[in-house]
Amino acid sequence: MDAINNIIINGNSFTFNTGDTILEVARQNDIDIPTLCYLKAVTPTGACRMCIVEAEGTDKLMAACTTPASDKMVILTESPRVIDARREILEMLLSSGNHNCAISSSVDDDWTAFQLKVQKDDGSDQLCPVWGDCRLQDLAYRYQVTGKLPESDVSIDPVEQVNPFIVRDFSRCILCGRCVQACNEVQVNNAIQFGYKGSTTKIITPGDKPLKDSNCVFCGECIQVCPVGALVEKDARYEVRQWETAKVKTTCPYCGVGCQLYLHVQDNQVVKITGAEESPPNYGSLCVKGRFGFDFINSPERLTTPLIKENGEFRKASWDEATELVASKFTEIKAAHGSDSIGVLTSARISNEENYLTNKFTRAVLKTNNIDHCARL
Amino acid sequence: MTNTIADIETADVILITGSNTTENHPVLSSFVKRAVAFKGTRLIVVDPRRIKMAGFAHQWIRQNLGTDVAWINGLMHVIIKEDLHDKAFVESRTQGFEELQKTVEKYTPEYVEEITGIPAQSIIDVARIYAKAEAASILYCMGITQQTSGTDNVKSLANLAMLCGNMGIPGGGVNPLRGQNNVQGACDMGGLPDVFSGYQKVVDLGSRQKMETAWGVSDLPDQPGLKVTQMLPKAHDGEFKALYIIGENPLVSDPDLNHAEKCLDNLDFMVVQDIFMTETAQKADVVLPSSCYAEKDGTFSNTERRVNRIRKAVDAPGEALADWEIICKISERMGYSMNYADSQAIFEEISQVTPSYGGITYSRLEAQSLHWPCPAPEHPGTPILHTEQFPIGKGIFHSIDFREPAETADEEYPLLLTTGRVLYQYHTGTMTMKTQGLNDRAPDCFVEISANDSAKYNLDEGALVEIASRRGEIAARIHISDKAVDGTIFIPFHYAQAAANRLTHAALDPVAKIPEYKVCAVKVSLAAA
Repeated sequence: MDAINNIIINGNSFTFNTGDTILEVARQNDIDIPTLCYLKAVTPTGACRMCIVEAEGTDKLMAACTTPASDKMVILTESPRVIDARREILEMLLSSGNHNCAISSSVDDDWTAFQLKVQKDDGSDQLCPVWGDCRLQDLAYRYQVTGKLPESDVSIDPVEQVNPFIVRDFSRCILCGRCVQACNEVQVNNAIQFGYKGSTTKIITPGDKPLKDSNCVFCGECIQVCPVGALVEKDARYEVRQWETAKVKTTCPYCGVGCQLYLHVQDNQVVKITGAEESPPNYGSLCVKGRFGFDFINSPERLTTPLIKENGEFRKASWDEATELVASKFTEIKAAHGSDSIGVLTSARISNEENYLTNKFTRAVLKTNNIDHCARL
Repeated sequence: MTNTIADIETADVILITGSNTTENHPVLSSFVKRAVAFKGTRLIVVDPRRIKMAGFAHQWIRQNLGTDVAWINGLMHVIIKEDLHDKAFVESRTQGFEELQKTVEKYTPEYVEEITGIPAQSIIDVARIYAKAEAASILYCMGITQQTSGTDNVKSLANLAMLCGNMGIPGGGVNPLRGQNNVQGACDMGGLPDVFSGYQKVVDLGSRQKMETAWGVSDLPDQPGLKVTQMLPKAHDGEFKALYIIGENPLVSDPDLNHAEKCLDNLDFMVVQDIFMTETAQKADVVLPSSCYAEKDGTFSNTERRVNRIRKAVDAPGEALADWEIICKISERMGYSMNYADSQAIFEEISQVTPSYGGITYSRLEAQSLHWPCPAPEHPGTPILHTEQFPIGKGIFHSIDFREPAETADEEYPLLLTTGRVLYQYHTGTMTMKTQGLNDRAPDCFVEISANDSAKYNLDEGALVEIASRRGEIAARIHISDKAVDGTIFIPFHYAQAAANRLTHAALDPVAKIPEYKVCAVKVSLAAA
């Protein structure tokens, strides 16, 4: 049996298992250490240094996501030194790109010039497309960082819009590496990597080609994990604002994996879908159909009234008329040719409750066992 | 699935066959890819196409179409001969081993090579990899089942798993990947001709009496009904008069479409309940508009028997109603009243009459989804099946011999066709084809062909060709791909305007009555200008 490990975090003592990182021990005990690049279930990189903490008796600040907890360690997660260091990091990140969320000072003339430049880059007069839904903005607010304006042109790479699903805005990328890990270590699609060096570092596909000409299969895992506005759903960008939508948790309607997802609803329309990170079996992962294939819900081609065919043409009918016709036809055919001359194809697309009732209706009302569905097809 | 999706990552060896996992179950495929990339799991892929997953595999072996029983028997031959089977499991948990041993005796690696085209040494290698694993998981899909030998194929995989003690353990199992969101639930809920919900047999008097009491009716029919693939021929013969089709599009998804169309035309009365005016709905006498998953509450059961909630997020368009509401309306008019306040009330009835769902309630699902069987309110659900024993007690080895597929290539139809889906479209496309981006990625039907075959038949990339079988013909463009193996072409079945199912064979598996979508003989020629 392992010896009992004890760590003291912010004055409270906690036990932990050998191998747990400081971050894991803190989260297990509801202590909030802020993170930016940390992605659950993959190898932590410690790249962004946002999760730094102070260990008593050492000079250095250490990244909580990569440092294993050790016995008798004494940790401070929000000491003045830690806070100063986090503010410095946030200031640097905010200054590195087109982070026009107005978190910075808004009275400065330079700020106005910056906004105008970003608006020109974006081709939009709106603030950042992920305003209000941005980890960097949240942290800047939490630590009251006003940020400096970028010293020079922040990105030489134009926004990539040439695929149907994902907009890549390099001017807002903070190079945290979450998308790279999501692509290579979660979905294992191996489409993107860190490329180039130094100040020109960029997330690229092999050969720095557009996503549409790469291994990318548009699962959108990279969007889901992007903590800033660098990767955004094309259709939702600028159109969907988090505070204007409600989220409803449900199950994907495509294959049998049953991924758990959130429908983002605005004005009675599904406008965006994200994976439910807290739930099995998918823990936030989706595929291209599950994440982007929802236009059918609000399609103008949806059927909206019952239809009855007369002389080869459909005409609209009321529910009363249509269900009366169906009921009388079934009754008539059952009487004339027997129950077994009628069959029902239930559906692998409808709910359990509906399949159960179809089974009940077929056997108890039509009085036949001629019921099947497309499991074979 | 006997095991769970998460459990795949704990396998030492994964054997995938007849599943193009990255395109059809992309999120599940990431569990396999992670296991291979980061956990040292060895992956074997047995598939007639060089699918993407083959690139992750330690060994990809390519069987001739329709020869699965042969290679599986070949693996078992080697495993028994080399004494690699799990004798303790075979002894305590199974019966029929001696007959199995006799049957597989003749499936030497050399004999199997003759039938399947798989090199004898590969059979030996794969047998050893699978048998020596602590825990080996088998994943399969329609490539195994949609054949005239589909039932035999599945039983053979079960034989293999039992032979090596890979049932009832974490990281093991025989795991069919369900292709539709609630195909598991449709089966669980009695959407089959021989069983009520929970697989309670209609021929069983006790089950009928139980349902008669619960439903307040008498004289429930006591003989199994017709399977979908039997209903249509009967319609053709005039014995079958009326069909009520809910949320299906058989006029794209059925085999031998030309024939299927004639069968439906011969019905006296057809009702289609759907969210779109599908190819099938156009043939109906009455079309009833239903709501889609985002417009109602309920549950779906996934491929790992996990019961998940769906929740209403938006209103249905126009007068569309939930499928359950429509059924209640028709039933009411036929003199049998069904009154439910909501989907939860229906689920409560399901729990009462379905032992495997007996302990599942909406309030429990609010906290976490549950794997059936979950027979009681305090039962935690069953992630892994058959840990102690099989439902029938001991597992039975079925001794099975290889049979040829219904159709093989010949002089007139020299190529074999296999069908399936692509990543960006889904089934008959009624849903995915409403998203322009998905259409941009996968706009049209295509014929996937090997470079050698394209040269042999003088067909360039992008050439418009006619593909003909004994049942019909379609036109599509040539796509030369290294996924294709010489002699076999692949066509996705999504596209109504070039429906691959005009070509496919309606020959059925004798037990499951599943059509042989995965094998038929065709010829390909340049389309007339």
